[in-house]
Amino acid sequence: MPTLEKSQLMSATEIDRTLQRLAHEIVERRGGTVNLALIGVRRRGVPLAQRIAHAMRAIDGVDVPVGTLDITLYRDDLSMVAPQPVLQSSEIPFTVDDKDLILVDDVLYTGRTIRAAMNGLFDLGRPRRVQLCVLIDRGHRELPIEAAFIGRTVQTSDTEIIEVRLAEVDQEERVMLVDRVS
Amino acid sequence: MLLLRGGRLLDPASRTDATRDILLDGERIAAVEPPGTLNGRAGNAQQVDASGLVVAPGFIDLHCHLREPGGETSETIETGTLAAVRGGFTAVCPMPNTRPVNDNASVTRSILERAQAAAHTRVWPIGAASIGSRGEALSEIAAMQKAGAVAVSDDGKPIATAKLLRQVMDYCRSLGMPVIDHCEDVSLAAGASMREGPSSVRLGVRGMPAATESICVARDIQVAELTGCRFHAAHLSTRASIELVRAAKRGGLPVSCEVTPHHFTMIDEEVGYDTHRKMNPPLGSREDLEALVAGLADGTVDAIATDHAPHERSTKEVEFDRAPFGITGFETALSLALELVHAGRLGLMRMVELFTSGPARVLGMRRGVAPGEVADLTLFSTSHAWTYRAADSASKSRNTPFDGRPFRGAPMLTIVAGRLAYRR
Amino acid sequence: MDIVPDRFSDLLAIEPLKAAEIAFLLDQSVPFQEIQRHPLKKLATLRGKTVGLAFFEASTRTRISFGTAASRLGADVMQLQAESSSLKKGESLLDTVRTLDAMKPDCIVMRHASSGAPEFVASRLEIPVINAGDGTHEHPTQALLDALTIRDRLGRLEGWNVTIVGDILHSRVARSDIHLLSKFGCRFTLCGPAMWLPRELENLTTEGVPIRRETNLEESLSGADIVIVLRVQQERLHEPALPLDEYILLYQLTAERLRNARPGALVLHPGPMIRGLEIDPVVADSPQSCVLEQVTNGLAVRMAILFELIGHGSDANPAKDPAHAAS
Repeated sequence: MPTLEKSQLMSATEIDRTLQRLAHEIVERRGGTVNLALIGVRRRGVPLAQRIAHAMRAIDGVDVPVGTLDITLYRDDLSMVAPQPVLQSSEIPFTVDDKDLILVDDVLYTGRTIRAAMNGLFDLGRPRRVQLCVLIDRGHRELPIEAAFIGRTVQTSDTEIIEVRLAEVDQEERVMLVDRVS
Repeated sequence: MLLLRGGRLLDPASRTDATRDILLDGERIAAVEPPGTLNGRAGNAQQVDASGLVVAPGFIDLHCHLREPGGETSETIETGTLAAVRGGFTAVCPMPNTRPVNDNASVTRSILERAQAAAHTRVWPIGAASIGSRGEALSEIAAMQKAGAVAVSDDGKPIATAKLLRQVMDYCRSLGMPVIDHCEDVSLAAGASMREGPSSVRLGVRGMPAATESICVARDIQVAELTGCRFHAAHLSTRASIELVRAAKRGGLPVSCEVTPHHFTMIDEEVGYDTHRKMNPPLGSREDLEALVAGLADGTVDAIATDHAPHERSTKEVEFDRAPFGITGFETALSLALELVHAGRLGLMRMVELFTSGPARVLGMRRGVAPGEVADLTLFSTSHAWTYRAADSASKSRNTPFDGRPFRGAPMLTIVAGRLAYRR
Repeated sequence: MDIVPDRFSDLLAIEPLKAAEIAFLLDQSVPFQEIQRHPLKKLATLRGKTVGLAFFEASTRTRISFGTAASRLGADVMQLQAESSSLKKGESLLDTVRTLDAMKPDCIVMRHASSGAPEFVASRLEIPVINAGDGTHEHPTQALLDALTIRDRLGRLEGWNVTIVGDILHSRVARSDIHLLSKFGCRFTLCGPAMWLPRELENLTTEGVPIRRETNLEESLSGADIVIVLRVQQERLHEPALPLDEYILLYQLTAERLRNARPGALVLHPGPMIRGLEIDPVVADSPQSCVLEQVTNGLAVRMAILFELIGHGSDANPAKDPAHAAS
């Protein structure tokens, strides 16, 4: 799908600084890392969660467990996905029962991905609490879902797209605002 | 009167291959002369320009199914013979597996009455060898012969036992009737839908080995030797069977055989699960096909016969193993045989023999183009390009694997008893 | 995940599939294996979709497996059972299937006693058809679940020595297994009574892998990494039966005979097993036996197939960017 870059929202350094700040914010507001676990939503939520956990180790000296969640099976909008959705596994190597979970994703938009993620989590057990951490909140919610921890809030229009590129997935690192070209 | 001008006459009986004008008077051939010399005698005869065409004696199909009486939803004598005449046939021999089975004179007569009223070709019925073709007791063979039957068979099935076959052959020898057998060992064929081989194993379909046919051919040849009766093996499909017939002929035995166009055109690998390629005997291996073609060329095979077997569409539109056996064949027979001629595997005169004097000899008749002979003639082109479309068939049924096949060469005019019965 | 094959429109047979496509289907089965371990096994992925089960041949296990796979994905199930089918009343297969189709299922899972029947049906229906076993031709999901089991136990599919024991000529499981594993370079020894071991089996696939026939069970097990034991059908139409005691004498897989195979060789069986007939109970319950995993994997594979064939809407809406539309 052809797009036209409008502006760069975050550089590599800015991404890194934001993730550090988010890690601090989470630890501070919760008063520590006890019983905490991060769940990265595939695809780009996963490296973000891993980096935040890494930053937390530097802060608190503790290894916060990280799981990955593939939400394809829980989507309510499979028709919107590519004609041949490819499944990946979820890997959550700890029990979610009674845990304080933080879902981590790159962009929060309509809220449907997070709703699907919550369906997936609750199939696994009963967390004590679930909060949401995102790199970018771009508004236009269609469901009553909010993030407790936000990297940056950006006003966007419907024709615009936020593209997040992360080194682990894309071999480059930045966040752009692009326009759909019809 | 009908004057056929400038055609290439191919008459196996007189070994003629020459351009000739042919004058037909009533139901007989009046004269056969070099071109241009008959204009005086022709007077105001209807003139037919036969230049560029081959003129042959009228084709005979020794083996077909017209389904009437009893199976009229798939074919009638009228529609079947219309398809036959379009295929260049002037006479057809319908097998007795109708409902009721043609095992007595009154059924034979009713078939002939129907043919008299509605058929486009001559109809020479083959009577059942046993009552109901049940393989137990002899049918009224002499009465059927008097009524007009030309041979006996229990086609659809083999004549059930050697003992019954012997009785039938002894009896038919005294009547001068040939016995035609659908050669099959019933125990090997039970439940099978195709030839046993790499395809049947891959597709998971029960198959019958080639020996299914040749075991019965061997039996029948020996009983023919025992009785001295003329024996004709129907629709042979295997190398082994051809070899048995070749050896029997060398030994001077009164044995003949026929091959269908689909058996000399297609093999088992082409079947898949297509019910329009399912027939009995089933399509054989490449090796079988080569042996059949060699037998057609060297005289081991006496006739090409269609085994035209129409089936209503819904009966064939089922799972492969449930579908009935059989495909149609009148309208494509000549064009498929011409494919062998074009490929240099069969001579043109030999091909004509296989459709004319060959089958006639099996029935103890003559076929030739000469003054006094019957005015049955088949005129065909060896070059006319056309595509066979099942939807346009004159048959009521559409069960053919050749739909959409392009051909080079076709029947163009068919003359039966001096009448122009078909013109393309 | 670089290559996503073209959308599968039916699953009729293993023979035409490429190794990459098979590997893709096995990979897609892994998340469904994982789901079986959840306390809550029900998803809403296929909610609103209907799976039609048209079983014209009696089968409890496969039918239940497909039915469970559909329900765990949240789909509804429409059932046709041979015993009560109108086929007995003379209705043709085509009419029966068209009647089912008129109730608008999203796909049909079909088992039939005639080889080629699912292909016959698939060519006449718009919706996907999944072959759950046709005559003696193929049983694709069985081969896939066998492959998944092998891959999980041995780490890979490539290059194993596979011995298949039983009535190979009449086995659709054997054919599908041979087609699948030959695409991964496995080598085969087919073992059973001679009348069920025709020469043509050696050329069953065009993959060029060695397939040899052997009527002696001990010989056939030598060097085997994987042993697939087939069921014995007591009575077969048009075939004189082999006395069962003969079969047990020559072909029962006992622990002692299994020792001819490589140590730790896997034992697979498509089920249902008749303990004491084709397999000794000791072997059936040994650590080498994979029968229970085969059942679990059967569920995962069938869920993956259903997801693959009907787990999407119509073609992606071009107005919505698939990567970011619904974050």
